Amino acid sequence: MDLFLETFFSWQIISEAWPILWQGLQATLMLSVLVVPLGVAGGIILATLSTVRNPWVKWPLRAWVDTFRALPPLVLLVFIFAGLPFIGLDVGAWGAVAIGFFLNTGAYYGEILRAGIESVPRGQIEAARSTGLTRGQTMAHVVLPQAVRNVLPDLISNTLEVVKLTSIASVVALPELLFQARQAQSVTYNATPIMAAAVAYFILLWPLVRLLSRLENRQLAGRR
Amino acid sequence: MTGSGRAPIVEARAIHKHFGHLHVLKGVDLAVAEKELVFLIGPSGSGKSTLLRCLNRLEDPSSGSVVVDGIDMLDPRTDINKARQRIGMVFQSFNLYPHMTALGNVALALRKVQGMGRAEAEAKARAALDRVHLADRADHYPLQLSGGQQQRVAIARAIALEPRVMLFDEPTSALDPELVGGVLAVMRELREDGMTMVVVSHEMGFAKAAADRVVFMSDGAIIEEGIPSEIFTNPSHERTRAFISQIERH
Ligand SMILES: Nc1ncnc2c1ncn2[C@@H]1O[C@H](COP(=O)(O)OP(=O)(O)OP(=O)(O)O)[C@@H](O)[C@H]1O
Ligand SMILES: [Mg+2]
Repeated sequence: MDLFLETFFSWQIISEAWPILWQGLQATLMLSVLVVPLGVAGGIILATLSTVRNPWVKWPLRAWVDTFRALPPLVLLVFIFAGLPFIGLDVGAWGAVAIGFFLNTGAYYGEILRAGIESVPRGQIEAARSTGLTRGQTMAHVVLPQAVRNVLPDLISNTLEVVKLTSIASVVALPELLFQARQAQSVTYNATPIMAAAVAYFILLWPLVRLLSRLENRQLAGRR
Repeated sequence: MTGSGRAPIVEARAIHKHFGHLHVLKGVDLAVAEKELVFLIGPSGSGKSTLLRCLNRLEDPSSGSVVVDGIDMLDPRTDINKARQRIGMVFQSFNLYPHMTALGNVALALRKVQGMGRAEAEAKARAALDRVHLADRADHYPLQLSGGQQQRVAIARAIALEPRVMLFDEPTSALDPELVGGVLAVMRELREDGMTMVVVSHEMGFAKAAADRVVFMSDGAIIEEGIPSEIFTNPSHERTRAFISQIERH
């Protein structure tokens, strides 16, 4: 038992590894704060475009969404990071992560929001347009607020996944939490830093998880 | 062909509307004079809603012309969002925004379309709610209101923009019978205040009491029109007669 504790929950190791872990936690927080709004913004753009019925918009949009949902995010990220310099664009690690998540995560948020937009009855749009609201104003003030409310659990689930997915930033040498924890592990020959990272993720995500299950319970209750 | 000598506010000419292969409006002419209440009746699928929706261009007519308050609604240079403020519309299913209070529903277009500040828009919205006797429900959400109250808020939302004409598409058809009276009463008051109105409805009692003219549509065309007493008691077309006797049996 002592050996177990020593290997997984050693306070001494934690205090030694803390500077490295803290750096990683900060990077992960910054990544999340960068990547989630980017993805949501991409999603809003895609979902808004999806309401356009013109085939010249519709089919390229479908191809776009399908492509970036099908490409594994890790592959996409490596592609951007290693590939863009070849066409003279060196965006750096943070730039690559921003672009990669905008493309991948935006496609997912976009599909969720599209379902939300489609769940808003046509009559809402007609009522808004009949009072002189433009297409954009109708989207912003009438459709999107209802759409978001209707798919809030899915949006939160996706956000949880996105925060976890920030760990792939380590492949472009961004020192995020999991990467730093593994560094610390290899220096200390001890699993405690990994456990510490797990606890940090848990503390970070638990409020969202709680919120999600409350919303899901409320939806179940509403359906009954 | 208006019911009075006044200049028309709404003038639709030779309106055709196709949905794919379906020919829904087959050359409809409709002129509505200032302060006139035109009552539009006809069997289901005859094109009444489509005609109303062509007047504010929620549907684009396939051909024809629509002029409202001097504005050519079908001219691509017309600012349609500006023009629509002059044409209020009330729908069968109310279509209130569920995430906004009654006040928010009425104030939205005042703020976003007419560019009023919050205080001004809310004052005007309250005045509109007062006209439909719901000043005390301003802070209620649609789900907290009865169907009749929701429809009156929808009327307030439209009249707050001070339209020149109001279009009603079966405003009481989705209501429990005991709630119909309140909505019709508000419509009567609007009419007494001089609002020009086009009403699609099955409420024949309302038509007899308030309409200047009844227009009977069937199969995408206007079959006949006239003052209510004439159309209801002595229609000249067999189809009108059949429709009216069928309605009155209900
Ligand atoms: N968006 C649309 N696409 C295809 N067909 C449509 C569309 N809107 C209406 N129609 C068709 O046009 C015809 C006229 O419809 P409309 O709603 O104008 O009739 P209505 O007189 O209002 O009938 P009701 O009394 O049932 O409301 C119907 O056959 C209907 O199915
Ligand atoms: Mg109809």
